[in-house]
Order: sequence, then structure tokens, then C-alpha cells
Amino acid sequence: MAVRRREGIAGYTFLSPWLLGLFGITAIPMIGSLILSFTNYDLLSPWSELEWVGVRNYARMFADDPHYVEAVIVTVVFALVAVPLKLGAALGVALLLNRNSRANGLFRGLFYLPSLLGGSVALALVWRAMWSKDGAVNGFLGLFGIEGMNWINEPDWALSTLVVLAVWQFGAPMVIFLAGLKQIPAELYEAASVDGASRARLFWHITLPGLSPVIFFNLVLETINGFQGFTSAYVVSGGTGGPVDSTLMYTLYLYQAGFTDYEMGYASAMAWVFLIAIAVITAIVFSTGKFWVHYGDQS
Amino acid sequence: MRKVLIIALLAIVVYPIVWMLGTSFKPNDEIVASINLWPQDPTLGNYPEGWSSMDVGFGTFFANSALIAGLTVVANCVSCLLAAYAFARLRFRARKLWFALMIGTLLLPGHVLIVPQYILFKQFDWINTPLPLIIPKLLATEAFFIFLMVQFMRGIPKELDEAAVIDGCGPFQVFLQVILPLSKPALVTTAIFSFIWTWNDFLTQLIYLNDLENITVPVALRNFLDSTGQTSLGPMFAMSVLSLVPVFLFFVVFQRMLVQGINTTGLKG
Repeated sequence: MAVRRREGIAGYTFLSPWLLGLFGITAIPMIGSLILSFTNYDLLSPWSELEWVGVRNYARMFADDPHYVEAVIVTVVFALVAVPLKLGAALGVALLLNRNSRANGLFRGLFYLPSLLGGSVALALVWRAMWSKDGAVNGFLGLFGIEGMNWINEPDWALSTLVVLAVWQFGAPMVIFLAGLKQIPAELYEAASVDGASRARLFWHITLPGLSPVIFFNLVLETINGFQGFTSAYVVSGGTGGPVDSTLMYTLYLYQAGFTDYEMGYASAMAWVFLIAIAVITAIVFSTGKFWVHYGDQS
Repeated sequence: MRKVLIIALLAIVVYPIVWMLGTSFKPNDEIVASINLWPQDPTLGNYPEGWSSMDVGFGTFFANSALIAGLTVVANCVSCLLAAYAFARLRFRARKLWFALMIGTLLLPGHVLIVPQYILFKQFDWINTPLPLIIPKLLATEAFFIFLMVQFMRGIPKELDEAAVIDGCGPFQVFLQVILPLSKPALVTTAIFSFIWTWNDFLTQLIYLNDLENITVPVALRNFLDSTGQTSLGPMFAMSVLSLVPVFLFFVVFQRMLVQGINTTGLKG
């Protein structure tokens, strides 16, 4: 029994930094922000001027703030377009690379490189220049006699440049797909080929089901990430979310509310709606999983 | 056919990186509407010009970034290893509950916490110091790395612990003499990703660091947005290239490890 107790004490000793962080830096601030979301806290005024405003911040979001509604739309459109395209590109290239050849190791690394660089301010700045009036994209279109535009200044197109930047970083899910493809037993393909199955049927009946746990994993991860893009939207729009709110991602608007307008109460309310929305979306993705994710019998 | 397709795709994917590198060596009049990867009249001038384009030189920004990234690496490795050992190897009350909460924080979007944490650190008078960027890492707030290390430690044979216990080791000695030495691969993966993520991180550094002497490289690069006009494009590209050099070096040296790292955990680059 003494050993047990000793282990218990040791357990909590080792866990103590994490416990301190969980309560001090995560849980208590979260509860604090829930309380603040019902106030008019604005960071600049003293605490004594703090006022309880009830659900006014929440009502304002949906009834009284067109920018907020715009931010929700922009974020949902971005995620709905960027996530499937990125996963599609990742799967497509993974299938191309799924051969044992020495060169493929190098290719895999190079395809993965944008995932390491793409989230940086530096690359977002490059992106901004690349899609500007005088940028490389228009230079390329000029070769075909197409006159380009200043893509990042066009409300109809600015978000597309962010989508392309996100899709460009398909390397990380691709690497996970490649690992998943290696897990599918080769005997399955051999047996089906002997039975005369076509390549399309092999893909549809063996590859896709075999890969479905990995597709599911990537889908959850990329969906959560997709809703959180901040750096690229901030840099490409110069911090504004413009032109006319067309790149106003949710997190960018949250940043503006809290740290440009100092409306911390309102920003807290936005953060809580965001948290609940992400939780609901993740739950929906998980609940669809049982219809299309197949876990092999031999795990 | 397959090879041709792969190489064509690769050309598209690598193009922006090579274009960035090439443009950083272009004189200003060559940058406009040029898809040329390499300058006709290369110049190194953009680099010194960019380096001293702000009132404080980029050397300070690089030093600030390196300090924050370096301390974050150490803090993450130490704190996450301690927590992971408790979760993976020790039996104590409510362990399952804490583990479930740890997984919960794994999925928690970080943006939810920026406002309350900012208010908290403002009460401590930590704004405009690196403390809000480092202290949370000392408290194992990067659940990803705890999870990675727990998974790794589960692969270390329990017999090794048991042998050490028979030799009279307690939980602390088992940690120091068995688990710590064997966890090196997980620590290396954690160190690499901690460094790259912190080096590239923008939002928290933008919020907490204000004065020019305190800001990091990404926040400094952001200032190029305010200086409009073609003349600043070359220096901007030069500094962007320099800012990515550390990440690129990590990529070259640890490429295989990075790829394995995301395989085992699904970490995003």
C-alpha cells in the first residue's frame, strides 16, 4: 500500500506544472472570459466602470453587426472550399507518390515544405506580392495574353488567393495519407486483381475504405485548422480583412474587436460563440464518421 | 507519365519559394510583373537595405525571436515530459479524468483564450515582455506534445521500469534513469516542432510585443505592410527569405524526422 501512495504522490508531483497551467492559464481565464462576455469591458477603462450588459454582446453579433455576419460567412465559405480542395490535393499526390522509389522520398519532402513555411508572415507577404497587379501570377497570365487584375484588391477574388495559399500547404495531410496507404494490405489488391477488378474498382472498394480512418483524421484536423486561419488573412489584407470584408476571417475580426477596438467584452462573446461552433462542427464530423469510416478487423 | 505529372506538380508547388528567393536578389526596376525566377542583373543590395530599414536593425528582431523560440523549446520539452510520464506510467487518483481533460485542451481552439489570457497577463504587468509567450509553455499548455510523448512512452517496455523498481528505484529514479534517456526521439520531435511553430507564430507575438526593441521577426516583417510602394519590395523579400532560413535549415537537417513526427501524431507543420 505504501508503494501505491508513493506513486500517487509522485503522480501529482509530475503532473503539477500541467495542473497549474490547466487551471491558471486555461480553465480560469475561460470562465473569466465567459463572465466578461456579459459585460462592456473595454481594457482602457478602469474596472470600476465595468457594467453588466446581459446578452447584449450576443444580440449585437447576430442582429446589429453586419461585419460579424460577414466574418461568419467568409470563414464558412473559406473552410468549405479550402478543406476539401486541400484534402483532395493531398490524397491525389499521395496516390501518385505511393511507389517505393528512392526519388519519391525527396519529392515527398519537397511537397511537404510549404506546410512548414506557409503559415509564416514571410510567405503571406510573398503571396500578397505574387497576386498583386505587378505580381508573378499576372506575369504568368500575360504569357497567354490574359490581362490580370490586382487579385487581392478585388472583393470577388481576394478570398480565393487565401484558399490557394491554404491548398498549397497540402503536404502535411499528404504525408499522413501516405502512411495510411502503406497500412492497406497488399493481399487485398492482389486478390481483387486476380478476380479481374478494374483500377477504378480497386480504388473505390479497397483504397477508399482502407483509407477512411486516415481521411477522417485529416478531415477533423483540417476543419478545425480551416476555421482558425489568421496570419494569411491579416497579412494579405494588411490587417483590415478587406476589400469590403471579403477576407475578414472570424479570428481576424475577433482580433480587431479585442485589440484594435479594445472591446474585450464583445471579443469574449465572439470567442465563446466560436468555441461552441467549433465544438458543434467537430461533433457533426464525428457523428457522420460511423457511416463512412471503416476500421479494419485486423487493427 | 507518372513521373512527368509529379515533376509538373512539384514545379508549381516549389515555384513561389524559388520566386521569393530570386526576387530578393532583383534590383527594384526588375521586380515589376516579372515571372523570371532569376534576376538578369542580380544584386545583394536588398539585404543590407532591408536589414536596417527600420529604426532598430533586424539583428535585434532575430535575437528576440531566437530567445523566445529557444526558451519555448526548453520549456515545452521539460514540462510536457513531466506530465507525459505521469500519464503514461504512474497510477494516481483521477488520472483518467485529467487525461480526458488534456485531450479536450488538444482540440480547444487557441483563439478562444487570447482575450482572457491577455487580460490576465496585463494584471501581472507582463505586456511588452517575452513572459506571456514563455511562462505558459513552462506549464505544459502544449497538449499536442504531451500526447506525442505519452504515445511514445507507451512503446517503452514496462519490464524496464519493473527491473529498476526491483533494484530499489522509486518513481523519480525510474523517470531519470529509464524514461528520460529512452525518450530522446520524442524530445527531439518536440524540440523541432516547438521551434518551427514558435518561430512562425504571429498572433500572440503581435499582441504581446509592442515596442520596436522587443518585437520578433514576424512582427517586424508585418511593418513592411505599412511602407507602400515598389521601393520596399526588394528589402521585404530579402528579409522574408532570411526569416525562413532557420526553418529551412531544420527542414534540411531533420527532414526524415519531421515526416515521421507527423506520421505518428498527425501534427501539423
